[in-house]
Parts: sequence; structure tokens; C-alpha cells
Amino acid sequence: MSTADAAQTVEPTKGQRFTGWAANYVDERTSISGLVKELGRKIFPDHWSFMLGEVALYSFIVILLSGTFMTFFFQASMTPVFYDGSYVPLKGIEMSAAMASTLDLSFDIRGGLLMRQVHHWAALLFVASIGLHMLRIYFTGAFRKPREINWLIGFVLFVLAMAEGFTGYSLPDDLLSGNGLRIIDGLVKGIPIIGTWISYLLFGGEFPGEDVVGRFYVLHILLLPAILVAALGVHMLLLIINKHTQFAGPGRTNDNVVGVPIMPVFAAKAGGFFFIVFGVIVLIASLFQINPVWTYGPYDPSPVSAGTQPDWYIGFADGALRLVPPGWELELGAFTLSLNVFLPTIVLMLFLLVVAIYPFIEAWITGDKREHHIADRPRNAPTRTAIGAAGVTSYAVMWGAASSDLIATHFKLSIESVTYSIQALFFLGPIIAYIVTKRVCLALQKKDREIALHGYESGRIVRLPNGEYIEVHEQLDEYDRWKLVSYEDYKPLMLRPDAKGRITNGQRLRSRASRWFFEDRIAPVTRTEIEKSKHAEH
Amino acid sequence: MANDHEGTNPRAGTTVEKFRDDNLPGPGTGIVQTDAVENPGFEPFRARVSDLDPAKARANERRVSAFFIVSIIGSVFAIAAYIAFPIVDGDPGTIHLNNLLLGLGIALALLAIGFGAVHWSKSLMDGHDLVEQRHGTRGTEATRAKAVEVFELGNKESGFGRRTLIRRTLIGALVVSPLPAVVLFRDLAPAENPVPLLQQTMWAKGVRLTRDPSGTPIKASDVTIGSAFHVIPEGLNESEHKLEEKAKAAVLLMRLKPQDLHVSAGRETWNYDGIIAYSKICTHVGCPVALYEQQTHHLLCPCHQSQFDITHEAKVIFGPAKRPLPQLPITVDSEGYLVASSDFTEPVGPSFWERKL
Repeated sequence: MSTADAAQTVEPTKGQRFTGWAANYVDERTSISGLVKELGRKIFPDHWSFMLGEVALYSFIVILLSGTFMTFFFQASMTPVFYDGSYVPLKGIEMSAAMASTLDLSFDIRGGLLMRQVHHWAALLFVASIGLHMLRIYFTGAFRKPREINWLIGFVLFVLAMAEGFTGYSLPDDLLSGNGLRIIDGLVKGIPIIGTWISYLLFGGEFPGEDVVGRFYVLHILLLPAILVAALGVHMLLLIINKHTQFAGPGRTNDNVVGVPIMPVFAAKAGGFFFIVFGVIVLIASLFQINPVWTYGPYDPSPVSAGTQPDWYIGFADGALRLVPPGWELELGAFTLSLNVFLPTIVLMLFLLVVAIYPFIEAWITGDKREHHIADRPRNAPTRTAIGAAGVTSYAVMWGAASSDLIATHFKLSIESVTYSIQALFFLGPIIAYIVTKRVCLALQKKDREIALHGYESGRIVRLPNGEYIEVHEQLDEYDRWKLVSYEDYKPLMLRPDAKGRITNGQRLRSRASRWFFEDRIAPVTRTEIEKSKHAEH
Repeated sequence: MANDHEGTNPRAGTTVEKFRDDNLPGPGTGIVQTDAVENPGFEPFRARVSDLDPAKARANERRVSAFFIVSIIGSVFAIAAYIAFPIVDGDPGTIHLNNLLLGLGIALALLAIGFGAVHWSKSLMDGHDLVEQRHGTRGTEATRAKAVEVFELGNKESGFGRRTLIRRTLIGALVVSPLPAVVLFRDLAPAENPVPLLQQTMWAKGVRLTRDPSGTPIKASDVTIGSAFHVIPEGLNESEHKLEEKAKAAVLLMRLKPQDLHVSAGRETWNYDGIIAYSKICTHVGCPVALYEQQTHHLLCPCHQSQFDITHEAKVIFGPAKRPLPQLPITVDSEGYLVASSDFTEPVGPSFWERKL
């Protein structure tokens, strides 16, 4: 075919004709071309930390796939049966149908053990990546307007993920999961007034009953996933509406998005990344055993092994229970108030509540009503970063407390001294983390300022005619400098009477909070300062 | 520009917020105006080797295809492993092998697709950054006005705001309508009150203490000093609600020197010659208190590390539990077997609101 012909209409190939026909067929019935036009070249900014949410999404898909496979074999029933599968040590032992079918899935179905392990590893990764994703959002301030609602939805997803994890952990009805349920029973019974009845209704009678596995199964594979998928849909939709945040960089502003288009680069990268996440999970599942229920045996209320531990994401709740000192139970007349159980529950709820509403607290303190699409570097919001570090520390202390017995046995310490230390750390840790983080942030800001104004050390030593040695500082180019100087600056609010000449308590509180937030701050380098430093050096 | 907020900010430093009619977001109250450094604009594009050298581009093309071919090999390998390495009854090694080879095949198939696609996008697809403009999230003024108009029309045409009787009764009906659904859940549990159930166990006067799980009775002479037995009531294995009963009736039996025991008034007859029985269900959240330290006579709960001192009637000496483990009064029958002299005198296991009723 000559070039002259090519310039005119080219006869389409058979494949192209078919594609054209199919696209036309679909569009005439769905008007999907509009969607493709809108979204096909949507821009996604690039940064490694933006992958964390993707990992969560992809591991959820892996969970759905592997979980669906298992539903074909698992029996969610607590009817007692005598195990008669190929795992010899448990042959003839009485156990629930749930446990027996879990063993069959593991030992008599080819690939069944693999799918169980894929499911469990993917679940651990799911909660972990949601947690890290939340930390990324938090520390870069990506929860600010207009994304506060999406933060809340993300928080709901985090809680749902933990609930999914716990209900799933309970399904095999093995010794460990039964003990987990026993603890939940104790926690629920510790709720004042209604606790006894809630436990009674949950277990369909006295603990353990024969209902809870079936009920958790419905929650685990139907109700919770349905809510999760719906919330995930809204989460993604808002992501599209709000567009992704981006880090500051040359050419990037609060009014644009710089990155790669969905078609084709982002689709290839993200699609490829899905396969990588899936592949890594399968690789881990084929190499590393997880939750070998056959070594624990079926649930029995009497035995328990030392060093029992929940899955990692429930650890902080279990640890909080361990930190209560002896004797925290009150008798109010004829009634018993189990503060030793109920108080940790309240503390955990408060912790989660603060996480959920933090964007609104910060928005109120800063009074900032503008939209923010540039992600902060954590150092440039020292107080927020320090609060986050304190929160991470208190979570970590509670989480570590869930391993107090293992810490004691591994390091040959007494359980008492380990517990007392963790109790002290529960109060001191967050304070220390707050102070240290804030100082580190301010120091890093100072360093940035220094580099932006006077350049970086080049390592080149020059001897001046008068014999003095100096190290030559190289100036940054304007692109590199921009990353160091482009951040928002705030100052504490002044307390002033409002339009009616009043000062309300709310205003007082707010200006105090604002002072706490912005008192210690390093202002970004200004144009004037850069000019001055240039003159000084010439 | 990232720091761009127009003009001066008259309200900076006050806590007054006002809604502004123009389309621009209002400046925050604590925002400082500075002569900020100007955004330098985009860096010049740096071409990749495969943009410049067609040979390198072709090499990358071959590499991407190689990944995809490896993926096909992985999938085929997984199917082959599924067939060639079946699970042999009674041979746990075959399960391990099946799991390993099947998993490695699938992992290879998936990872190769992933690496291929990412490599394709990074080395061959257009590497230029593109720019898309953002617009304020809120709708345009015209759209918002239209939305307000829609609601006003809806209100006018239905009279929702005006006809207060309809509105209030409708809200009332909607609030009440889910209540039957709540009531429906009452039968998640049986009709009877749970409190009396929690206050009794299978133990009763004359019920023999038997070994867990075999159910063989225990003679007082079998219990030597320093030994500990996991105990269930006789007949538990045949009971209809075995696990529910066991969750309340599990007991730990130990023998100490009688002079080591600190027996309080009223409990003098609850032990038999230094043989004592305590509920094994932790008074914290119900884990089995299964660890007995023979030397110190302490019981340790492995879940949350509550410790109970057996010489002082299982009083709490450490950990989050409050109440001592309930003691089961025991004695021996005419044949020398250990029997309970009554049920526990208080509810066992985790505390609950109506515990003392």
C-alpha cells in the first residue's frame, strides 16, 4: 500500500471491522462512549505511597476469589460429627461439621489448602494495607477538604475489614477461634445492662451453642461483604470526583493534576500491579503455612495453649484488655459493672472515634475552608504529624501488650514487670512520641530552609588566597528548590470579638487549639529571602 | 499555584466564618499571606533510552513478550502439578507438595503477567506527564440554582413543607416501621431468661469428679500432693449440651498440704484433706485458666495473664481479673471417689450485669 493510499481512507481489516461493529452495538444500547470519553484519559499522579490503597483493593479481590472457592466446600454448621478424613491424628474425633469440612478442604481437596492460605494471607495483607493507606492519607493531609467524607468511608472500610477478619477467623471452629469467641462472649457480657442478653442472642443461647458459626458465616460472606463492596464503590466514585491528590512538584498546582492517563499507562501499571499483588500472595501461600487448625484441634472449652494470639489486627484490642490493673470491677447494689472489661472497650471506641473525626477537628482548628489537592510533606505539618505519631504509638503499645506473655518468655522477664512497663508506656509513649516527632519535623523544616536558601554541601573544598578553606555550597535549581519551599503557612488565631462584639467560649477554645497547632512553626522561604541570599553570595 | 489565594485576607485572625457568594473557596482564618516563591513550571522532558534507540525499544518489546510467555508456562505448570502431584490418603507430604507446586505455578503465571504489563507501561508506553485541570468540587452556581429550584418545585407541588400533618405523621410512620424488624430478632435465642442458666452448672450434690476428657472417676487416693487434674462432672460426655455444660463446669483439681491452705470461715468442709477444686473458667473473660505452677501454687490464665493464688482460695494476685475463681465444694463418697457436695455457690466465668441477682 502506498503512502498516498494510506493518507486516504484505509480499508479496515476484518478485526477492526468487528471491533467497530461491536463498539457501535454496545454504545447504541448503553451510550457508554460518554463514560469512555470522560474517564479514558483521566490523569493519575504517580508516587509509590499511592500504591497502598491499590494493594488494599487488589487483596480484597483476591479475598473474594479465594473465598468464593472455599464456599463450595465449607459447611457452616456446628452439628457434631466424627471426623473421617485423611488427617490421621484426628480420625474418629468428635468435632463440628465446620471444623471437619475445613479439614477436608485442607487435606482432601487439591488446591484447597492453597486457597485457604491465599485467603488468610490476603486478609492479613488487606487489613495491613488499609492501615498503611490510612497513615499515608493522614500524614500527607490528604483528608482535608474536599475529601473528609471519603476519609469517613475509608474508616468504615477499615472497621469492616477487621470485622470480616474476625468473623472469618471464627468459622473453622477450631480451638483457637473458639477461644477467640469465648473472649468476645466475655467482652459482650461486660457491657452494662444489656450485655448478658446480647451474648445470649448472639450465640443463640448459652456459649458456645450451635448457632454462632452459621450466623458469622452469613455476616462473613453476605452482609459484611455487601456493605464493604458498596462502601468501596462510593470510595472509588468520590476518588474520581475529587481526583487524586499529588505531591508538590514543579508545574503541579492546587488547580491541576499531573500524571499518566488511565488509558493506557495507568491501566497497564495498575492492572499489572494487581497481578503482582495476587502473585505475591499466592507465592507466600504456597511457601508459608498459616492457621494450621489441625494442630489446634476442635473447640473444647477446657484446654487452651500458652501463647495464644489473635490475628495481628485484633491484637490492639486484646492488648488493651491485658493492661487493666487488678480489681476494676464494681458492684452497684445487685448489679456488677465490669470496668476491667468495659473500660478497654470504651477506650478502643474512643480511639476509633478520634481517628474517624480527626479531619473535622483539624478543619475546625485551622479554620481553613479551601480545597486542598497538594499532599503535605509530613514535616510541613509538625503538629499533625506529631499527633499521628502519638496515635501510632498508643496503637503500637496496645498491640505490643497482646504479646506481653511472649515478650516475657522470649526475653526471660517476669510477666509482671513486662505488664507494668507496658502500662507505663501506654501513658508515656504517646507523649514522648509527640514531643520527639514535633522536634524532628521542625528540625527537618529548618534543614529544608537552609538548603533552599544556601544550597547543599558539594563536598568540594576550596582554599582561598588568604589560606582559608571553605566547602563550596551548590545552589539548587529552581525545580528542586520548589519542592522545599512550596507549602502552606498558618499562624495561630488571634482572639477577637465577633461581629456582635462577643467572645464565646468556643472561640476561646479554638484560639487555644490554634495556638497549640501553629505556635511552633518554620515559615516557608519567601521570594524576598531568596533574592537576599543571592545578593549576599555575589 | 499551590499557595495562590487572591488578594489580602481581611478576616485572617478572626474566628468568624462567612459564606461567600462568589465561586471561590473562602480563605481560612489562620492562613498567612507571604510573598511565596513562584512555581517554576514543568521540568523539561527527559527521554528514555527506548524513546531514543529503536533497538532498545525492540529489546524491551521482546522482554515484555517473554514475561507473558513465562506466564503461560506457569499456568500450564500449575495444571500439570495439580494432576501429577495428587494428594495420597494418609501421606501428609503429598499435601505439602501439591500445595507448593500448584502455588508456585499460579504465582509464576500471575507475577509474570504483572511484571510484563508494568515493564511495558514503563519502558514502551508514552512517558510524558499529562496535565488535567481541576475545578472546584461544588457545582456551578447555575447547577446549584437549578437544584434548589427542583426542591422548591417538589415542595410546592407536593406541599411537603406546608402540609405539616402529613409530614409529621409520615416521619412518625417511617420511624416506627423498622421496629417489627427489631422485634423479629428476639428469637435468635430461646425464650427463657439467660440469668438463671448462667448461675447453675451440672455440678450437684454427689456428682462424681471425672477426668477430662475420658470421664473416668477419680479416687481421692489418686490425687497425690502436687498433682493437678483437669476435671469434668460425671455424665458430661453423655449430656445433650456437652460444650455448653463443659464451658461452665470445667474444674481444676489440685492437692496441696492442708497446712498450706488458708481456708476462710464457712469453707472448712469444701476441701478434702488438701484436695481442692476450682472453676477453670477465668472470671475475666472466660478463657480456661489452664496453667498451674506447682511450686508457687499459682494458676495462670494464658489469654490475659490473670494469676490466682490457690493457697488463698484462688484470689487474684495479678492481671485484669477481679473475682477469685469459684471453689467447688468436694468430699468423697462411700467408695472413695471424689464427689461434689453441691453446685458452685456463685456463677462461674466472666462477670455479667445480673450476676448477683
